[in-house]
Amino acid sequence: MSFDDWYRQDRLPHIYCAGCGNGTIINCTLAAVDQMGWKKDDTVFVSGIGCSSRAPGYIVTDSLHTTHGRAIAFATGVKLANPDLHVIVFTGDGDLAAIGGNHFIHGCRRNIDLTVVCMNNQIYGMTGGQGSPTTPKGCLSSTTPAGCAEMPFDLCELAIAAGANYVSRWTSYHVKELEKAVKVGLETPGFSFIEALVQCPTAFGRRNKFRQVADHVEYLRAHSLLKAKSDRLLAEGKPIPEDMFVVGELARRNRPALGVKP
Amino acid sequence: MTRIEFWQGNTACAEGALAAGCNFFGGYPITPSTEVAEIMAAKMPKKGGVFIQMEDEIAGIASIIGASWTGARSMTATSGPGFSLMMENIGYAAMTETPCMIVNVQRGGPSTGQPTMGAQGDMMQVRFGSQGDYAIIALCPANVQEMYELTARAFNLADQYRVPVFLMADEIVGHMREKIIIPDSMPQIPRRPLVKGTLPFKAGADLVPGFPQFGKGYGVHVTGLTHDERGYPAATNPQLHEALVRRLVDKIENARHAIADFDIINPDAEQVFIAYGAPVRTVQQVMHDHPDKNIGFLRLRTVWPFPEFALREFKNVKRFLMPELNLGQMAREVERHVRVPVVSIQKLGGELTTPTELVAALEAPL
Ligand SMILES: Cc1ncc(C[n+]2csc(CCOP(=O)(O)OP(=O)(O)O)c2C)c(N)n1
Ligand code: SF4
Ligand SMILES: [Mg+2]
Repeated sequence: MSFDDWYRQDRLPHIYCAGCGNGTIINCTLAAVDQMGWKKDDTVFVSGIGCSSRAPGYIVTDSLHTTHGRAIAFATGVKLANPDLHVIVFTGDGDLAAIGGNHFIHGCRRNIDLTVVCMNNQIYGMTGGQGSPTTPKGCLSSTTPAGCAEMPFDLCELAIAAGANYVSRWTSYHVKELEKAVKVGLETPGFSFIEALVQCPTAFGRRNKFRQVADHVEYLRAHSLLKAKSDRLLAEGKPIPEDMFVVGELARRNRPALGVKP
Repeated sequence: MTRIEFWQGNTACAEGALAAGCNFFGGYPITPSTEVAEIMAAKMPKKGGVFIQMEDEIAGIASIIGASWTGARSMTATSGPGFSLMMENIGYAAMTETPCMIVNVQRGGPSTGQPTMGAQGDMMQVRFGSQGDYAIIALCPANVQEMYELTARAFNLADQYRVPVFLMADEIVGHMREKIIIPDSMPQIPRRPLVKGTLPFKAGADLVPGFPQFGKGYGVHVTGLTHDERGYPAATNPQLHEALVRRLVDKIENARHAIADFDIINPDAEQVFIAYGAPVRTVQQVMHDHPDKNIGFLRLRTVWPFPEFALREFKNVKRFLMPELNLGQMAREVERHVRVPVVSIQKLGGELTTPTELVAALEAPL
């Protein structure tokens, strides 16, 4: 078996734009799920609304494509009502951190046994490129035509502070690392949060001087700072460059969790 | 053995739900419905079910919809402000044909309004509050016994028609205490499972598809987008959208005779009261006090789908009189089905319509 077996072949072609990073993240997630040896009948995908949230529609298992921002709340009901099911949430930066921010922090606080994969393209892709809570300061979007004036959320810091058991961040460049991170997330009881920075050529790249898809992926790679390296910089009292983001495993712990199969 | 209790309406609601096999409650506290959640918090775990206090009412209804897809009999309870927050996901439940049970113990609105006072101001919101065309079932209890029995029935209706079902109570009935006779058991009509090999959103003659429970190997995709019979998004297909929405409405409207629950008293009367919820009590008092007046009464327990055919039972009616704790929300629904005048007896402020007010309306010249 491989991740391919988890796709709903009769739903292809998909809606994603050429060069979209979401497919990479879905592949990595399904590859990790596949390695768990779980039965398709026992696995459920839940999502909200957005390009990223369309993922469950392409997967053969039972799936719930819900309302904007509410995926974690729906998934909480699925998981608590039947802890035998493995529940995985696909979400986007807007879905998770704007309209769904409250459900996100409460999911982390409860430490409910879900694995949440956020495809963070730093923009509202589906609605055509409006600013999101993770749009970097100065970046262009259709609602920040002069450059985003607000500070973005650090989704992983948020998840750690709110109590998630497992937190890691990678990008669409780091496919092997991402796959491994999702697998650890799936194995860890409690709330697992995996942030995947992705390129969105249509809504983000186009406006922010990434002429080629590869330029954006290269940007993500070049601005990734490995956790070990960032720890070293911090230990030496050196600053972390403002345009870099830390990647790697950022939290792994064993707080009491909710909804874990007895 | 049946037993007798002296209970508050909200207690009867929670107990009725448990008797009906409710095994998942997700909600958020709000006056005057909170007792329902509190009783569930205490009793549900002992019955092996799940109680969870969610972070808000949006999450409350989301959790019960998620639970329902695993086969749970799930419910939430709220009041005005929380009910408004639930609207988007109520539409989602209607669109995805998710059985679930929502209690609204109505209080005075708009906005925060009158948290501790009774009202019936959400009767149109329950029917039309979420975007688009759809249909739901709404039941209205007028006493503590009905808080128990209608709650239990709501779960059966939700499973039978795959639709959100609402117990539209009010603060007066929710907080009144009176005698209740607890039956031995409540009949449970289970959800009809989807026949394997059938498309998950393909319905037969009753327009209600079988239920493809999560974890049972159906591999069903559930979406609030317009979907085809496979459950796959097909949001730009005009014919498919129209057929789907019409089916969602028709499966409830066509079944309104089976769903209906009402009493007809004195069908030969010329003056006929119509009431649901707490104002039923006032009408009963007036009929008791004035046996000479030959008063007719249509007492509704199902309000949506509206049983318009019941109105035709009153062959000699010269006018309908309708006391409501709102500005005539259901009177407007009655008006569109009849040719005689409909007198809307409106009461706002949180107190129940008085017998004097009803007698004055009866005695007003025709
Ligand atoms: C309640 C509500 N508000 C607004 C929308 C419109 N909407 C659809 S997707 C979306 C943003 C999605 O952004 P994100 O979660 O980042 O997903 P992406 O498309 O970027 O993957 C918005 C605002 C909606 N569907 N529902
Ligand atoms: S708009 Fe962006 S996120 Fe959406 S499919 Fe296109 S490239 Fe992907
Ligand atoms: Mg996005």
